[in-house]
Amino acid sequence: MTPILSLQNVTKSFGALTVADGVSFDVPKGQALGIIGPNGAGKSTLFNLITGNLSPNAGRIEYDGRDVTKAPPMQRCLSGIGRSFQIPQPFDRMTVFENLLVSATHGRGLPERAVTDDCAEVLERTELIEVANRPAGGLTLLQRKRLEMARAMATRPKLLLLDEIAGGLTEAECVALVETIKAIHAEGVTIIWIEHVLHALNSVVERLLVLDFGKVIGIGAPDAIMASKEVREIYLGIEV
Amino acid sequence: MAAGKYTVVTRTAASQAAALAALALLVIAVALPAFASRSLIQDMFFILTMLTLAQFWNLLAGYGGLVSVGQQAFVGLGAYMLFGGAILWGVNPVAGLLLSGVFALLLAIPMAFFAFRLQGAYFAIGTWVVAEVVRLSVAQWKAVGGGTGTSLPRDARDAMWGVEWIEMIFDTRASAARDILAYWLALALAVATIGGIYLFLRTKRGLALAALRDNVEAARSVGVDSARMKWLVFLVAAFGTGIAGGLIFMQNGRISPDSAFSIIDWTAFVIFIVVIGGIGTIEGPIVGVLVFFALQTLLADFGAWYLMVLGGVGIAVMLFSPGGLWGLVSGRTGIELFPIRRRLNRRD
Repeated sequence: MTPILSLQNVTKSFGALTVADGVSFDVPKGQALGIIGPNGAGKSTLFNLITGNLSPNAGRIEYDGRDVTKAPPMQRCLSGIGRSFQIPQPFDRMTVFENLLVSATHGRGLPERAVTDDCAEVLERTELIEVANRPAGGLTLLQRKRLEMARAMATRPKLLLLDEIAGGLTEAECVALVETIKAIHAEGVTIIWIEHVLHALNSVVERLLVLDFGKVIGIGAPDAIMASKEVREIYLGIEV
Repeated sequence: MAAGKYTVVTRTAASQAAALAALALLVIAVALPAFASRSLIQDMFFILTMLTLAQFWNLLAGYGGLVSVGQQAFVGLGAYMLFGGAILWGVNPVAGLLLSGVFALLLAIPMAFFAFRLQGAYFAIGTWVVAEVVRLSVAQWKAVGGGTGTSLPRDARDAMWGVEWIEMIFDTRASAARDILAYWLALALAVATIGGIYLFLRTKRGLALAALRDNVEAARSVGVDSARMKWLVFLVAAFGTGIAGGLIFMQNGRISPDSAFSIIDWTAFVIFIVVIGGIGTIEGPIVGVLVFFALQTLLADFGAWYLMVLGGVGIAVMLFSPGGLWGLVSGRTGIELFPIRRRLNRRD
C-alpha cells in the first residue's frame, strides 16, 4: 500500500540545536500513528515540518506520492493536511462558527454558502454547536481544544495532525475527546497524534513512534514499543 | 443548492438602526454646504480626510498586520502628482486625483517588494526609510518648487470642475466654492472607503483577512494565502492614501516636501486615531477621528501641551483598553454598527 506520508532523512536545526535529525518514516493510508517522546524531543517541530510552517535543512517530505518539501502551508492544507496546535490558536475575535468558516472556505477552496451545513455538522460532532456564535477568545480550555480539532476537521483532511489535544483535560473530558477522534479515524482519515496522555493515545493508535533529541529511536506496535528497554529508560525514566 | 438545517445571518437590530442613521447622516452631510459656515465645511473636510487615512492604515495594520509608518510617502507622492499634473500637463486637479492614486500605487509595488522582506519593527522602519527617500527625491523636482514647494497655479484652481456651478447655486465666492467641492469629494472618498472595506470584509477574502488579524500562523495552516492578502491590502491602501493626499493638498492649494511628507501629520496622528478608536474594527477609526478632532479643538491654544496630551491619552487607552474606545463599547454590549459577524442559526 502506498504511504500517504513519507519522510526521508528530514533534518532541521536552529543554529547548533538539531531538532530533527535524519527523521525517516512512512505512514500508510488510513493508519493512526502515535508520536511520543520527552519534552523538547522535537515532536511539534516535526508537525511544523509536515505542515510547512517550517522548512527542513535537508531531506524530503512526500505527501500522497508528491514531493511537498518546499510547498507552502496553504497548499499543503488544500491538498488535505489538517493540523491542531499544541497551544490552541483560535481566531480570538471571530466566533467559533467563523473560525470553522475560514478553514472550510479557504482550506477547501469553496464559497461560504457551500460549507455552512458542513461546518454546523462538525460543530455538532465536536459538541461546540451551543457556543457557535460566541467569540472564540472566551472559550474554556476543553472548548478551545475541541475548536482546534473542529477547525482542522472543517478542511476535510485526509491526514489529520493532532498535537497534545488531550493535555490538560479531566478524565471525563479526555474520554469524550477520544471517542470523537476514534469516530474520525473510523471514517478512514489518517491520523498522526502527539500525546503525553498515553492511555488515551494507545486506545486509538495502531503504531507508535518514539522521538528523542530529534531522532526516531523506535517505531512499531504500541505494546512492543511500550515494553522496549530504550523507551522505558529514555521516555518513562524507569530504570530497567 | 438544497436548503440545509442552518442559515447564516449577519444583520442585527443595532446594525439596521445604524444603517438608517448612516443614511440620514449622509443626506445631511451632502446638504451641509447649504446651511453650514465655511469654517465648519473646512473642519468637516479635515475630519473626513483623516478618517479616510485612518481607515486605510487600520486595513494595513489592524487587519493585515502591516504596521507601516511610511504612509506619508503615498500622501506626499499623491499630492505632488496632482500638482505636477496641473503645472506641467495642465491636468484638471479633480482629474488629477486619479494620478495621485495611480502613482501611489506604482510606488507601492517596488516598496512592497522591498519592505515585505522585513518583519515587525524592521518593516515599520523600512517603510519610513522609503518615505524619506521619496521626500528627498521629490525635493529635487524643480518644476514643482524643489525644496521650498509651490502653489497650485491660478488657472488650475479656476478650472476645477464644478466650482462655477457651486458658486452659482450657493451664491458664494470662488474660494468658498472650492472648499465645498473639496468637502464633497472628501465625503465621497470616505464613504467609498468605508463602504468598500465593509463589503470586502463580508466576502470570503474578508474572512481570511480577519483570520490573519487574529493569528497569522493558524490562518496559514487552514489554507489562507497570507502573502497574497498582504499584497492586496498594501496596494489598495496605497491607492486610497494617494487619492486622500492629492485631495488634502488640492484643498490646501500649497505644497512643500516637508508638509506633504510629514510623518507627524499623515502617519503619527493617523496611528493615534486608529489606536484610541479601536484597531481592527471599522467603527474604531470613526470614533477615533472624532476624539482626535475634539482634543485638537480643545487644546488649540496650548501649543506643545497639545501633543503631550495626545500622547498621554494614547498611552492611557493602550494600557487600560487595548481594544480602544470602541472595544470598550462593543465588549460590554456586543454592538456592531457594521455587521460582519456571521451568526449560525438553526432553520425552524
